[in-house]
Amino acid sequence: MAVTDLTACEIRKAIAERRLSAVEATEGCLRAIGRLDPKIKAFLSTDPDGGRRRAAEIDRRLAAGENVGLLAGIPVAVKDNMCTADGQPTTCASRILGGWRAPYDAHVVERLKAEGAVIVGKTNLDEFAMGSSTENSAYGATRNPWDLGRVPGGSSGGSAAAVAARLVPIALGSDTGGSIRQPAALCGVVGMKPTYGRVSRYGLVAFASSLDQIGPFGRTVADAALLLRATAGHDPRDSTSVREPVPDYLEGLEEPVRPLRIGVPREFFSAGIDPEVESVVREALAVYERLGAALVPITLPHSTDYSIATYYIVATSEASSNLARYDGVHYGYRSSDHTDMIDMYMRSRAQGFGDEVKRRIMLGTYALSSGYYDAYYKKALAVRRLIRRDFEQAFAKVDCIMGPTSPTPAFHVGERTADPLAMYLSDVYTVSANLAAIAGISIPCGFTAGGLPIGLQIITDVFTEGRLLRIARMYERETGWTKRAPPIVEDAA
Amino acid sequence: MALSSKEVLKVGTLSRIRLTPEEVEKFSSQLSAILDYVDKLRELDTAGVEPLAHALPIHNVLRPDEPRPGLAPEQALGGAPQSDGDFFRVPRILNEEAGA
Repeated sequence: MAVTDLTACEIRKAIAERRLSAVEATEGCLRAIGRLDPKIKAFLSTDPDGGRRRAAEIDRRLAAGENVGLLAGIPVAVKDNMCTADGQPTTCASRILGGWRAPYDAHVVERLKAEGAVIVGKTNLDEFAMGSSTENSAYGATRNPWDLGRVPGGSSGGSAAAVAARLVPIALGSDTGGSIRQPAALCGVVGMKPTYGRVSRYGLVAFASSLDQIGPFGRTVADAALLLRATAGHDPRDSTSVREPVPDYLEGLEEPVRPLRIGVPREFFSAGIDPEVESVVREALAVYERLGAALVPITLPHSTDYSIATYYIVATSEASSNLARYDGVHYGYRSSDHTDMIDMYMRSRAQGFGDEVKRRIMLGTYALSSGYYDAYYKKALAVRRLIRRDFEQAFAKVDCIMGPTSPTPAFHVGERTADPLAMYLSDVYTVSANLAAIAGISIPCGFTAGGLPIGLQIITDVFTEGRLLRIARMYERETGWTKRAPPIVEDAA
Repeated sequence: MALSSKEVLKVGTLSRIRLTPEEVEKFSSQLSAILDYVDKLRELDTAGVEPLAHALPIHNVLRPDEPRPGLAPEQALGGAPQSDGDFFRVPRILNEEAGA
């Protein structure tokens, strides 16, 4: 068995028992990246020397009997919208940050280092996390390890693909409207968006500040639980991070949640859902029923169409403000050809941003502009409250909500790039959890006849990640989906 | 709601993004299609519904007002396209007479 076939929890145990060294784990991942990543393109940059140095240091400290931390020697990948100091680039997959080096580590990067993780590289994304396919990257698209002609989903497609292809056991992503859960579904891995405020956003390059949240990817529920535990918690540098204690998410993970009432919203099985996705997700619900759970039909009347519309006003409005900082003055790209200050701003931004980023800045600017603010932005915030109320009413009756993560399996490269609205609808089942600030996870629940993974989305109320993970684990234990590797991994072995 | 080329150019200026004529044409049709979709929200009666800007009940997070170290000037200037001593360098903003 190759070291890359081990889960993070298995690596942790093997290193603790001195059956495996941190250096061996890191070398295994670097070899896998060297062999497979030219085809998958999950990474924007790798740090082999830094990784080897760090792993050797972990081994030295372990030999000296030190407590090295929760993630001692475990190789990890980080989405390239989280700041890393010590010379590694942070590009957000944008030309405007090409060559930029962050002067500080993101809170989550500090946490990874403090817990002994070995960061082996930074993963690809849709530029500034804006997209659902990882095609909007200024540095080229990432491919789905299950079918190289298809997208991995997005925007955290690099992290999802890296974990699916077993280049690393765990990775961090960020989720503003589904950017962890949707690529997790399309790549057949576990991906979680914690409650808004659960993980500090300090050092996460801002897209939509009231929606952005960092979360874990892993091949198993336990690995996601491990990475969440290592990164969650209050941080005074993010005033929206919440002072809630971080439980040990691994403890009690094997305990099923009983009784379990599962809300099944009819809106999540509406027109537009792929029939194979629907039947696989309904089979997953039947597994829970066999485990003793009750399926309760519910309604989330403002989800799907209304939540997509709300999301694309709220997220773009916040983005138009956040991305005003790319001015060609303080850091990042500056056009060399300009007549005056305003012209310098306009040319730098025109040359530095890709099309989707321009579209979203312009849409947000329009929605916030004089004469349209009430009709668009205020209206969207009112509907946001209606969406939140739908969930409050649902959680009075049920313990969790389940449905598909994505209406379709992975689509072809290029299939939706010409039609932004078609791309936006990829997130039709995921955006409402961000608008309501609640927790959600996607776990693998089967495959299409053609061998593409399908994800089951489970949503729970704020700060109930522990229960959410236990519910996910109940299904995982009954099924073997999380053990299956893409053919590209088998062929390489 | 359709966005005219003139409106797209205006939004481009407000967004500080220079647009080529081809982009104006492309974005005008794409943004119009998105705004048409967003118009679904008008179907909903939101009279009396308080807008929700932030979904968690966090208000007025305070901390002691104590000086703490920040980025050193060379770190803060480290990513600047152009700097001059301890300053960011930008194109001239005022003309000679106005600046005098």
